[in-house]
Amino acid sequence: MTATKSTTTKRAFTAASFDQYLNEKKLMGSHCANCDANFLPPRAICPDCYDDQLEWVELDGKAKLAAFTSIYIAPTAMINEGYGRDKPYVAGVVELDDGVKISAQILGLDAANPEEIKIGTPLQAEFIERGEGDEKRTFLAFRAK
Amino acid sequence: MSKKKLNRGVAVVGAGMSKFGAFSDKSSRDLFVEAFQSMRKSVDKEFNPADIETIYIGNFSSDLFEAQSHTAPIMADVAGLAPRPAVRIEDACASSGVALRQGILAIASGLYDIALVGGIEKMTNLPTAEVTDTLAAAADTLFEVPAGFTFPGFYAAIASAYMHKYGMQPEHLMNVAIKNHENGALNPNAQFGVTIPDWMQGRIASAKKKGKPVPTWSDHWDYLHDARANPMIAWPLRLFDCSPITDGAVALLLVSEEIANQFTDHPIHIIGSGQASDVALHDRDDLTSIAAARLASQEAYAMAGVTADDIRVAEVHDCFTIAEIVATEDLGFFAPGDGYKAAEDQVTARDGAKPINTSGGLKSKGHPVGASGAGQAVEIFKQMRGLADERQVAGDIPLGLSHNVGGTGGTCVVHVYERRN
Ligand SMILES: [Zn+2]
Repeated sequence: MTATKSTTTKRAFTAASFDQYLNEKKLMGSHCANCDANFLPPRAICPDCYDDQLEWVELDGKAKLAAFTSIYIAPTAMINEGYGRDKPYVAGVVELDDGVKISAQILGLDAANPEEIKIGTPLQAEFIERGEGDEKRTFLAFRAK
Repeated sequence: MSKKKLNRGVAVVGAGMSKFGAFSDKSSRDLFVEAFQSMRKSVDKEFNPADIETIYIGNFSSDLFEAQSHTAPIMADVAGLAPRPAVRIEDACASSGVALRQGILAIASGLYDIALVGGIEKMTNLPTAEVTDTLAAAADTLFEVPAGFTFPGFYAAIASAYMHKYGMQPEHLMNVAIKNHENGALNPNAQFGVTIPDWMQGRIASAKKKGKPVPTWSDHWDYLHDARANPMIAWPLRLFDCSPITDGAVALLLVSEEIANQFTDHPIHIIGSGQASDVALHDRDDLTSIAAARLASQEAYAMAGVTADDIRVAEVHDCFTIAEIVATEDLGFFAPGDGYKAAEDQVTARDGAKPINTSGGLKSKGHPVGASGAGQAVEIFKQMRGLADERQVAGDIPLGLSHNVGGTGGTCVVHVYERRN
């Protein structure tokens, strides 16, 4: 398969495909036509009707904050991004208007004053890049509107 | 909910553990030998280890913690039990609770009469950041970890949703930590077996001794509010809301009900066992409850023919303070939204109506993740037989329960225990 063809061929419902779409600044889930249900992360099999003929669906990224935390003791990957005790960051569970939820870093909130952050805050998906050179990857984040 | 039954009864007749803590000079196999010897001593009558027929070992990640995979045959070997079949069970922090269930199923099937169930974890070889990364591998590394979530972070997010829904304040969480340290102070095997007031006094004494400025905390509540003494880990969870990094091992002896009296006059029968799995945290309809815990407990209660109200003592999975509050609701001890009030009102204290985590829980006793579930059974075994010394709950304890969670609830396993004589 050539590189150009892969963009027109239906992509497999894998994490690699999801990441490839993120690189293209697209938030893609899967959709079961039988159940009229969206799935994010994309599923290959519908857990309600077990159909495996799902379709990719692009989500508009409009969302609201469902649960969150401000993290002071960071994992290595986030320490490498400059976060930690002196620079906490917000991680959250986000509920999209399309009826699905996902985990993501939340931008545009005051991580040092988490008691001021409100569940239900409107958010918009944003594609952020972390890492350098060959390690550079696009991550899904959400920003407070 | 199916009312499935075991094909025959199973009882715990021996239960032992290593001391929990940080032991730079001990590997998991050394700790398992300690646990195994402690279990042997706990068997009241004649017991020949050679009679053990099969072995289940719970272990989360000796691979990453000790660069050692394939740990079950090693544990069998150090206990002198090769060539008996030895199986390692990995379900994150629920590994040895699930190993216990596998031991029960093996005996109930009729294939074996005597099974050894163990749990091991040796966590303190790695620096804290690497321990955090290793534990994060129990989450979804493709869709949760890239969001920057840590384990304290997940439970903190659960706490945020719980506070939003029920009006709990971060201060309410401290009741759980204070209680569990009070219990752990009476457990000689606990890693941090000291009450929080005594902990605070120790800090004051140490400052005086070193000629440093003496802190002016008015009481232990003041201490827990001090960001230097009790730093934020993942809001609203602070240091004292989190279980520690721990080395430890546990060993349980399970036998078929028919032969239990050969080992002791006071076997502890396992009359209910339930287990369930769940999707990633973000995929759940309700972020204030763990569905796998509700399902596992309903299955265990149905098998046992008992209700939540019948349970006299319980060890629940308090990897974080919020986890204990949610657990006591998922198990049906309290209504949704009432768990934090029960902790505040001392209902869950040792002398309360529903004593929870008399061992000190994972919070104070320690959380060697792959050994924690089996460790809960050790406390229930002791409490129900009246052998919990200073922390013994008063009165008869005919029914006990253990609740062991893997990850954020991707796995939950619940057992109901009965004392008949
Ligand atoms: Zn479907």
